[in-house]
Amino acid sequence: MSRAALLVLADGRFPAGGHAHSGGAEAAVRAGRITDAASLEAFCRGRLHTSGVVAACVAAAAALGVDPGELDRAADARTPSPALRVAARRLGRQLTRAARATWPSPELDAVAALFPKGAHQPVVLGLAARAAGLTALDAAYCSLYEGVSGPATAVVRLLGLDPFDATGVLARLADEVDRAAREAVETAERVVTDGAGVLPARSAPLLEIGAEAHAAWPVRLFAS
Amino acid sequence: MHLDHHHEAPAAVSADARRPDGTRRALRIGLGGPVGSGKTATVAALCRALREELSLAVVTNDIYTREDAEFLLREAVLPPERITAVETGACPHTAIRDDISANLEAVEDLEDEVGPLDLVLVESGGDNLTATFSKGLVDAQVFVIDVAGGDDIPRKGGPGVATADLLIVNKTDLAPYVGSDLARMAADAKAVRGELPVVLQSLRSEDGVREVADWVRERIAAWTA
Amino acid sequence: MDRVTTAPGGVRASARVLARGDGRGGTALPVLEGEGPLALRRTRGSGAEARVMLVGAMSGPLGGDHFTVDVQARSGARLRVGSAAATLALPGQDKAGARYDVRLTVDDGAELCWLPEQLISAGGSDLRLTTSVDLAAGARLLLREEQVLGRAGEEPGRLTSRLTVRIDGRCVLDQELGCGPGAPGGWDGPAGLAGHRAVGQVVVVRPEFADRPPAGCVYEEGAAVMPLAGPAALVSAVAPDGLRLRRLLDGALVSLD
Repeated sequence: MSRAALLVLADGRFPAGGHAHSGGAEAAVRAGRITDAASLEAFCRGRLHTSGVVAACVAAAAALGVDPGELDRAADARTPSPALRVAARRLGRQLTRAARATWPSPELDAVAALFPKGAHQPVVLGLAARAAGLTALDAAYCSLYEGVSGPATAVVRLLGLDPFDATGVLARLADEVDRAAREAVETAERVVTDGAGVLPARSAPLLEIGAEAHAAWPVRLFAS
Repeated sequence: MHLDHHHEAPAAVSADARRPDGTRRALRIGLGGPVGSGKTATVAALCRALREELSLAVVTNDIYTREDAEFLLREAVLPPERITAVETGACPHTAIRDDISANLEAVEDLEDEVGPLDLVLVESGGDNLTATFSKGLVDAQVFVIDVAGGDDIPRKGGPGVATADLLIVNKTDLAPYVGSDLARMAADAKAVRGELPVVLQSLRSEDGVREVADWVRERIAAWTA
Repeated sequence: MDRVTTAPGGVRASARVLARGDGRGGTALPVLEGEGPLALRRTRGSGAEARVMLVGAMSGPLGGDHFTVDVQARSGARLRVGSAAATLALPGQDKAGARYDVRLTVDDGAELCWLPEQLISAGGSDLRLTTSVDLAAGARLLLREEQVLGRAGEEPGRLTSRLTVRIDGRCVLDQELGCGPGAPGGWDGPAGLAGHRAVGQVVVVRPEFADRPPAGCVYEEGAAVMPLAGPAALVSAVAPDGLRLRRLLDGALVSLD
């Protein structure tokens, strides 16, 4: 396995559509809930420990070879907002395309055939990590990091926030990302034996409600 | 290109000329250029000129997302199901060049949902002179500038002006009012573009988009040949 | 009170309701068993519907307590379960957390409305609530859960609430909310509750949603109606207090009718 493959997959410039998604930050900025680096940090921390952890566990389980269909259904049940399910599938489809071109694999072909409009992005992320020869821990790291770096980058564009402050937020979350990644792998190993029911289901009410409000705006900069 | 591979596989990975069912996909033409140069107006005029003879669809990329799509809808140049707006996260150049996945999905979905299509026009959001389309997304690109943006733009060049398959110098009717020298713009453009074509147009005049429409027809003929 | 067993440091109590169609267009309650803090009363219903009230005979749950409620609506039943007052989670003598498990089962051709009053997480309390719903493909459900974090002017206790809804064996909703001291970081931040002190959900399951999915909508900023990946919809809301939460949930629900 190549460690450098992790850098390729985790690179914010990996062409899988992430740049057009704010992870709920656009809605939170408009609602006045993110106004500066401190509130961005609180937002990212909340996202990390709720939908971020759920996504990381799904990605890690997919990287361990758990059935993508089962994981996709579990992700659906943990994503009540239809706008967020649409966004997750769009990103999953875009990642499927990018990953198939980068690391051709029968498993990625199979998920593309099974989900022509896209599987939930963390499911595909786990399979992409597998195809790249990476581990479940790598998949969890990628998932958790993009879950916080997406909002941070978006807030730089939305608020004109100092990019050094935004990067500082990500650095301050690093220890929590480490812990969450390790826990995600432990959970994913239990999913292998006990099924997707043991996946966490932690939710953040304002992420869901905000995503629905955002999807109804006539004009917006980010897709979600 | 890859004429006979991935036939049973779902969804092409990049700009394959064939769709998964083996049929030839639509020709994709990108339109880029600075804010306000008349990209959307050109797209609207092209739709009106070509919609009787070609099966058409449009993808817009705009930093204000739906505004361009809504302009096209208001002008009633195409039915709404033939226009898709792609959000770009305030980075239209990223969406047409560096990470084209959302645009590829949009053109493929249009072919699936309203196809078969002959032509998909992909309009970039207004951006700067360095923004160009990826060859993975479009087969040809048009760069639109206008006389009011300054008659030194062709001389300054930049990837869009220098390398686009077609350069449009738009709003020629305004030249006398903004003090732009059309002859000089044409000469400068020729200097940086060599044999690549340049069209000077005013959409205010009768049939103002005819030359560009003819260029598109030639492209379509070459694509389907 | 004979079946109330005191676990080390706490009370174990359970309640069971079994409802079925009585064959004459009404609903019979062959099982109606509660105890201590989970006493049950049948109250006057309307039409085919039977109504049951949970009437807490003592406050709780306290730290160390473990309550279990099991409600089954069999074919032909129309059952509405409410509570006479809010449930108050309080700190116990020892540090142990409390557990409250609700298990609801609804068969084909049955309807359950589970509409308890709000759960208040008092300062210093530590409660884990699980609500697990199993529905047959032809079952109907209206479920409301409301959580108020802290009594007036009080810091909330620790509360973890998980709600799982399965229809015909398939999980369509699995949501866990964690809040209060020691909850995963950011729970009260801009992604979580952003200072709101009341949070609630309503789940509506109707077989006809399979053919005609409900429309989603946002209601007054703080609430959203969200069609789920199955014949069900979730109304989710946050509000400054319990009164305004109820108003939001009720208002948003109207869009489903």
